[in-house]
This record gives sequence, C-alpha cells and structure tokens, in this order.
Amino acid sequence: MATTDWTHQRLEQLRQTRVWRSIFRRGPARTNRTRSLAVFGNFALHTLPVKVREKSLSVRATYYLGSISFFLFVVLTITGVLLMFYYHPAVPDAYRDMKDLIYVVSNGVFLRNLHRLAAHAMVVAVFWHMFHVFYRGGYKPPHEFNWVIGVGLLMVTLFLSYTGYLLPWDQLAFWAITVGTNIISYVPVLGRPIRFLLLGGHIIGQNALLRFYVLHCVILPLAAVGLIGMHFWRIQKDGGITVRDDHE
Amino acid sequence: MNMPAEPEAPEKQEEQHPVSRRDFLNEIAGGALTIAGLGAAVVTVKYASPNVLFEPPTTFRAGSPDDYPVNSVTYLQDQQVYVVRTDKGMWAMSAVCTHLGCITQWKPDSSQIACPCHGSKFQRTGGVEAGPAPRPLPHFSLVLGEDGALVVDKLEVVKETEILKV
Repeated sequence: MATTDWTHQRLEQLRQTRVWRSIFRRGPARTNRTRSLAVFGNFALHTLPVKVREKSLSVRATYYLGSISFFLFVVLTITGVLLMFYYHPAVPDAYRDMKDLIYVVSNGVFLRNLHRLAAHAMVVAVFWHMFHVFYRGGYKPPHEFNWVIGVGLLMVTLFLSYTGYLLPWDQLAFWAITVGTNIISYVPVLGRPIRFLLLGGHIIGQNALLRFYVLHCVILPLAAVGLIGMHFWRIQKDGGITVRDDHE
Repeated sequence: MNMPAEPEAPEKQEEQHPVSRRDFLNEIAGGALTIAGLGAAVVTVKYASPNVLFEPPTTFRAGSPDDYPVNSVTYLQDQQVYVVRTDKGMWAMSAVCTHLGCITQWKPDSSQIACPCHGSKFQRTGGVEAGPAPRPLPHFSLVLGEDGALVVDKLEVVKETEILKV
C-alpha cells in the first residue's frame, strides 16, 4: 500500500509539472466530460468514439476482426521497415538479400517469416472481417460509405500482397507475376498499356522489380493508412458498429 | 412614384448578368484546376512509360540450318523461341504460352508442346490441341541471311504457312 501511495504521489507531482501540462492540457479524466475531452484532445484517439455501447464490445459482435487486421498491418509495417535495412530492390541482389536474411542476418529469418505469415494472416483477417460485416448487414445505411472504404482497403490489402510476392525474386515470384500481369493484359484496350506501365517494360526485369518495390513499400502503405484513418473515423460518425439485438 | 422603382434596380442589373462575378471566377478557377490536374496526370503517365528499355534484342541470329536436323524441335532458351525443322522446311515459333505467358516445353515422346502452368498443349505447328490457351503459338519471321545464318525477328509475326525451304 505504501508503495502505491508513493507512486500516486509521484504521478500527481508529474501531472503538475509544466512539461506534462504542456502536452496534456486537460486535467485528469475522472468525469464523463473530462474523459470525453481527453479523447477529443488526443491526436491518436480523436478518430475513435468517446462512447460505445457495451454490446458492441462483446466478442460475438465483431470477433475483433477489424482490430486484428489493423494489428497485423502494424506488425507488417514494423517488420517490413526492418527488412528494408537489408533488401536491395535490384537484380540479382534481391534474391541474395532474401537468402542472406534467412541464413546470415541475426533474427532475419524470424522477421522475414513474421512478415510473410502476418501478410497471409492479414488477407484472411480482412476477408473474414468483410464476410462478417456483410452477414451482419453492416453495409446498410448509414454505413454504406464505410463499406465502400472497406472494399478499397480489401483491394489495397490484395495489391500489397501481390506486389510483395515479387520481391524475393525467386522462381515462384517470377512466374506468379508473369501469370498475374498477363491476366491484366486481358483487360480490353487498356490491358496492355497498364501491364507496360506496371512492369516498366515488356518483360519482368529490373524495372518491374523496382516498381513493385516502390508500390509495396511507399504508395500502397500510404493509401492504406489514409483509408484506415477514414474507416475508423467513419465508424464513429456513423454512430458505432451494427449490433444485432439477439446477441447479448 | 419613383420610390418603388429604386429597389428593383439591382435586381434588373442581375437579370442583365445571369452569371455573377463570383460564379464566373469560381468556374474559371475550377476549369483551370481541372486542366492542370488532367495535365499532371497525363505527364505522370508519360513519365512512367520508359522510352529506353534494356531488354534482350528482338532480332537475333540462330545459327545455320545445318544445326537443326530434319524432324526436330529445338528450344532456344535465351530467346524463348522454338526452331522447328521438318522435311517441308523450317519455321521459328514463340515458346511463350498464349494463355498466361509461361514457358512451354517440347515433349518428344508425345510430339507435343506442353505448358506446365495450366496444362495447355500445342502441336508442332503451334496449333492448340488442349487446355485453356486461346490462340496458337505465333510464328516469327525466319530468313536466311547473306552469310548463310538464320535470322529471327520476334516483332514480325508471320502466317503458319510461311515456311523457309532449305
């Protein structure tokens, strides 16, 4: 007891300091009003709702599939940035760097496999999230627009998965991207120009590897962050998630 | 009696100018931004289309006709091209599957060209025998150069009936 009192006192002292009060301008969150103000005034929390219905927090309401998808996205961002320290998007370095990550770099195989497995899991989680929302009727008014953002996020997830597939630059990657980009060229009229732009040429070579790398590491993650922000913010603005009455 | 007429005067002016100055400027600005945006999009797509490509040459020399025995199908790996020779003559043919771009393989046992990806099968002449391939394997221009060497041009697709007599 004595130690907790001591901790409380130190915390209280910390809260009175000028530095603390410059960061957290509101007082302790002890009433509903001050708790709400704490959420409004916090950059990380302000897109989230101040209040939720207790039902919407139950496991069966969501199975936390959206949160799991987001958590996996965070894991993928951290492991992906760490993998970038060793990976050169160049021919033939890319394949050697991937092999180095497996056999030479300390904990490289752990990070690579974490990235790979989290990527597979994220595709599963995002699809499962979509099916769950669909069967719950979560696309119905007033959630239509958030459903559309969600479809955008599904697309971005699949494109991230697809562009990441080429980066190991092994046989599996090469032929998967050969088949995939040839599917694109079946699109009427625009198919071949789109394939040319995507590959930066007619064959899958250095240009294609670099383009897929930039898409995978910069363009698509930025698109995902923007859409995720809107997705979270809209949940709050649309009055929370859809909760069925028969689920307690 | 002039008094009621005066408040009507500004309304009459507005009738003379159906587009207000604010709307006019807004439309000009909106139009300029749209043109600039479209221009930026076009320039970006142009920028993303490379003008110089470092890809294998599409025209190449394929040795002398004597290198290819009669009734043989030879795969040239660097060019992904088959050179076929029968008693009627020779032709050059793409080894890239017309379905989704995998590299096909000549199977001497069944006298077929088979694709490992989705099971398409082609005849020695390129015609589709089985599988999802939508088109036959295209034939490329094959000519005998002045020095007696075969020259293949992968950009020039020719009819199946054009056979080089040797």
